[in-house]
Amino acid sequence: MSTDTVWFRPPPRPSHTPQPPEQPEPASVDLTIDGQAVRVPADWTILQACGSLGIDTPTLCYLENLTPVNVCRICVVELAGARTLVPACSRVVEPGMDIRTDSPRVRLSRKMVLEFLGSSVDLSTAPQAQAYAARYGACPERYGQPHAPSGPGERDAREPGHHHAPDGSAAETVAQPVKVDNDLYIRDYGKCILCYKCVEACGTDAQNTFAIAVAGRGFDARISTEGNVPLPDSACVYCGNCIGVCPTGALMFRSEFELRKQGQWDESRQTRTDTICPYCGVGCTLSLHVQDNRIVKVTSPLDVEVTHGHLCIKGRFGFEFVHGGDLKADANPEG
Amino acid sequence: MDLHFHGPKPTAAEQAAVDSVLGPPTSAWAGGARNIEDEGHITLLGGHAARSRRDLLLPALHAVQSRFGWVPPGAVDYICRRLTVPPAEAHGVVTFYHLFSLEPRPSAVVHVCDDIACRIKGAERLCDELEHSLGPEREGHWKRSPCLGCCELAPAALALDAGESPRATALAPATHADIMGLRTSGEERHDSFESLRRSVPQCGDPKLRLLGRIGQIDPESLDAYRQSGGYTALGRAIELGPEGVIREVLASKLMGRGGAAFPTGRKWDAVAKAPARPHYVVCNADESEPGTFKDRVLMEGDPFAVIEGMTITGFATGSERGYLYVRGEYPLATRRMRLAIEAARAAGLLGANVMNAGFTFDVELRSGAGAYICGEETALFNSIEGKRGEPRNKPPFPVHVGLFGKPTVVNNVETLVNIPLIVSLGGEGYARVGTPGSSGPKLFCVSGNVARPGVYEVDFGISLTDLIAQAGGVPDGKAIRAVLLGGAAGMFVGPDKLDVSLTFEGTRAAGVTLGSGVVLVFDESVDLGDVLARIAAFFRDESCGQCVPCRVGTVRQEELIQRLRSGQPIGSRDDEASLLKEIGQVMRDASICGLGQTASNAIESALATLDPIPEGKSSR
Repeated sequence: MSTDTVWFRPPPRPSHTPQPPEQPEPASVDLTIDGQAVRVPADWTILQACGSLGIDTPTLCYLENLTPVNVCRICVVELAGARTLVPACSRVVEPGMDIRTDSPRVRLSRKMVLEFLGSSVDLSTAPQAQAYAARYGACPERYGQPHAPSGPGERDAREPGHHHAPDGSAAETVAQPVKVDNDLYIRDYGKCILCYKCVEACGTDAQNTFAIAVAGRGFDARISTEGNVPLPDSACVYCGNCIGVCPTGALMFRSEFELRKQGQWDESRQTRTDTICPYCGVGCTLSLHVQDNRIVKVTSPLDVEVTHGHLCIKGRFGFEFVHGGDLKADANPEG
Repeated sequence: MDLHFHGPKPTAAEQAAVDSVLGPPTSAWAGGARNIEDEGHITLLGGHAARSRRDLLLPALHAVQSRFGWVPPGAVDYICRRLTVPPAEAHGVVTFYHLFSLEPRPSAVVHVCDDIACRIKGAERLCDELEHSLGPEREGHWKRSPCLGCCELAPAALALDAGESPRATALAPATHADIMGLRTSGEERHDSFESLRRSVPQCGDPKLRLLGRIGQIDPESLDAYRQSGGYTALGRAIELGPEGVIREVLASKLMGRGGAAFPTGRKWDAVAKAPARPHYVVCNADESEPGTFKDRVLMEGDPFAVIEGMTITGFATGSERGYLYVRGEYPLATRRMRLAIEAARAAGLLGANVMNAGFTFDVELRSGAGAYICGEETALFNSIEGKRGEPRNKPPFPVHVGLFGKPTVVNNVETLVNIPLIVSLGGEGYARVGTPGSSGPKLFCVSGNVARPGVYEVDFGISLTDLIAQAGGVPDGKAIRAVLLGGAAGMFVGPDKLDVSLTFEGTRAAGVTLGSGVVLVFDESVDLGDVLARIAAFFRDESCGQCVPCRVGTVRQEELIQRLRSGQPIGSRDDEASLLKEIGQVMRDASICGLGQTASNAIESALATLDPIPEGKSSR
């Protein structure tokens, strides 16, 4: 050791608060919506741009936490220069777009989509769709008497291609018996508008289980497990994320289904309490829907970063212990 | 991906059928034996490799279907294991195509076309006879089918025989005796190429540019093709270079012949300039539009021209791989195209270093499995990729994001057959043929009540009247009731509008469409209400079911037509007419793809001017 020179000297303390490095301004796009000029980020969809102006665009198959599939076509808007209407949920904004969201063409298409759904699907547990139907003056009755419901498994067995020609005296529907094959949730495909959300949530958008997919073709298209087996035989892991995204109540907690059947389901008597799931360290937010001091349903808010609305089987369905069954009997089942 | 299998184990025969397409399994991941030395004790190799072959799902399902006559659950599970496809998704794919069955079926099934052209040529009588001899349709020995693309020889049937050496035979004109004879003989039927002359009434005319070889030379002989001038255009294209070829195609003003009439040169230019790689060429040979059969005749009669057109396309757009998607109902076209691909490959005209010019291009043939919608370009991509044939939303367009997400040029068979002609004549020379707005020769599929139905090659500009006259006019001195122009997705033309000029601009001015070149003639004896009901049923059957306007709209449209036919409208007939307008409007405005957007065209055009379902004449 020859000298006492310090071989490392820390840099002087900054005299000002450090700032993040400068980011380039996100590119933005100018467009016109209903006559109003608006500037939005270049990667926004028309739906987002409409939202920024406070325009309420109806959607059924769209959800913030899923990839847009643009199949319900209720969010269509009129784009100047385009031959057809365009779906707001998936179409990304382009410079100079001139969009009308409430033109006669748009209103007609939205009304007809709602009439088509209302005349073929049971929308009784889809308040949002009912509200849209009222807004656009949809009249599903004008297609005639609904056809008699199909028998159990009948729609699932339909093959693509030729069908029996109707005589036009009744309007074809997807009405069919409810599928009740497990204790956790039911599938009432008479209420299914085929929005693809459950398939997306079961697949790459959330769960990566791929237990269900769209099968069949045309009006006979339906959601199905592999080979149409009951859920307990399928790949389903009962995360319930399909229930969480279903917009029409076609997928429903067994508890809700039974209460509805008994005429006991009453949302005005329900409270909703947000808490953290007790099962593991991830810390998912649970919303407990409680009626008459019993948990009747569990959801998770879409805007929570931990879950984005998705849960697993434990958080979704593992709440029975709260109701405090007979602990002794649980611990010692033999008596 | 944690896949769940619960079904029966595949039998040895099922495994063999699948392995005939996929090859033997190479790892435990793909359902083979576990090789500890390679894979170790913990990992399973091959997940990514297996998933990357998902596009073999359809070929594997075809192998199983044609081996057993149906798709047994054990075979589906085995395919899923091999390719790492979730079984639920495979179920969705199998149930999408009407040539696959998940229920056991007889090994021999006759598909009988009861679509528009065959209907007016006795298809119903044929169905009645088959019901008498083979039992009711639900027993599965025979089945009604949408248009089989043999309208010039109607009525048509397709006999499929599953087994170790499966057979597929198209019969047209099909008689009851022919069908029964084929079932008992058990022999493969070989049509000579001369029989194609029945489909090309102009055969032998030296002025033919696109149909010149059909029925004249052996379509299975590469030498015959080359002796008749084949492959000189590819040589010339190589001299011009890729940019030069695109320049000629742009100058030719060639418009796509599949129905949408998009300028081919612009499509090519966009793909050639797209930075993403690789690029793909797709030949859309999923010709399923009722009344259309030109692509079948081209593939059966001049398969090398299709290959040469594809090769020039690949050369010009910088693509090394082409896919030829032939509809599953065209057994002879499939066989001849396959032979042509093999012969071209053996002669160094496909593969690495084509014509020793230093570029690579090869073609793979894929078969459809019975779905009209797969003729829509993005549905076709999904079908090749092993998914349900549901159209994608556009934009992005295929020239940027196409097959496997890469820039793709997709052209119809007839479009591609024009390419060697353009290269030979030069773009400007080609543009002088036809009219200024519609260049080149055009094929028309003339069928129905005419004396000489078939594919006709004419220069753009001929009038509908002259074309029908060229086909011998309406026989038996009957008057024309209507003409369906452009197929089921096209429009009806009444007798007052027969002077329409058959060009893109002429039909547009007349408010009709050229579509894929269908000219289906109906004489006064035809019940147009019955034809409309068939068109409505067709769209209800063939809608993919993805979007609401088309999925439900096609059903409501069919119900409405049937109410009119049975004389029981809801409200007045005028109420029904305005309801149909609204149904048509939402399908046209809000459907994802062209199927829904055109599903009411023919029906609305007929109801507007032709009074196809006269009041008080209930047909039931």
